Amino acid sequence: MKIFIVIPAYNEEKVIGDVIRQVREYYSDIVVVDDGSTDGTDEKARQNGAQVLRHILNRGQGATLRTGINYALAQGADIIVTYDADGQFEAGEIDKLCQPVIDNECDIILGSRFLSGNKIPFIKKLVLKSAILFTRAITGLKLTDTHNGFRVMNRKAAENIKIRQDRMAHASEIVHETARLKLRYKELPITVKYTTYSRHKGQRLTGAFHILFDLIFK
Amino acid sequence: MLIQYLLLIIIVFILLQTARKFKARKISLREFLFWTIFWLMVFAVVLLPQITSFLAEKLGVGRGADLVVYASLIFVFYMIFRLFVRQEKVERDIGKIVEEIAKKDKDNS
Repeated sequence: MKIFIVIPAYNEEKVIGDVIRQVREYYSDIVVVDDGSTDGTDEKARQNGAQVLRHILNRGQGATLRTGINYALAQGADIIVTYDADGQFEAGEIDKLCQPVIDNECDIILGSRFLSGNKIPFIKKLVLKSAILFTRAITGLKLTDTHNGFRVMNRKAAENIKIRQDRMAHASEIVHETARLKLRYKELPITVKYTTYSRHKGQRLTGAFHILFDLIFK
Repeated sequence: MLIQYLLLIIIVFILLQTARKFKARKISLREFLFWTIFWLMVFAVVLLPQITSFLAEKLGVGRGADLVVYASLIFVFYMIFRLFVRQEKVERDIGKIVEEIAKKDKDNS
């Protein structure tokens, strides 16, 4: 089984090296897609042994994932893992998330930070919970976490899920696609570390409104 | 009235501008005809405002000026919609180009 780890990155020079090294302890096919960073993200990623694709313009995380997933498929990936570049995830948990897909029990696995008792800042929790209710109302999927970058999909899921949202609304879109394509899915608990760095880098809360706007008008 | 002369002069300028853009091949023949007809219609309405009063009466709108405002609003919103759709397509095209370049650069490195 060829497992590819796809990491979208935008200005993550400070942490991308560590993230790649952690993942490399377990997997060797790591694809970093640099979304037009203005720092040395691509150079750092290359030095640490990742395959690097670079967007010459900043296109947003959805577009970046699309580039990475298409590339991994072209390289013959059987399983594609999407993973965040900001160091919030535990590389040791990739295995656990891949297992149901390897065993062909599921087409897509979605990581959930709410299933594992993570400490999540209150306001963040409130916004994420609203997003979950919104998604549930629209897709009927009972998920506990819809905006999580940690996912595993098999080739069939990766080929059929069409990410059209260039920016952050792609996360909801993947869930919608899962419902539309009737993919076999499961949520598994993952650890999310809210470090000072990731909190600073991560989504601002106003992001939720941008996502809602994109979903309604695009 | 003075306002009529002012508007007519402005419209003539816009028509000339449209023709110039067409001559320089910045807009297509279809676009040129569309805008020329549109501005000629505006020209006619400014020159003979009675036209709108006549139409307004037929349609049951109070005043000619009101009819013009309604029609203009619909037109403007429709144009915004068209631009919105167009913009989306441009975004998608840029996305495709950026992805292709990323793949090409990867293959060459």
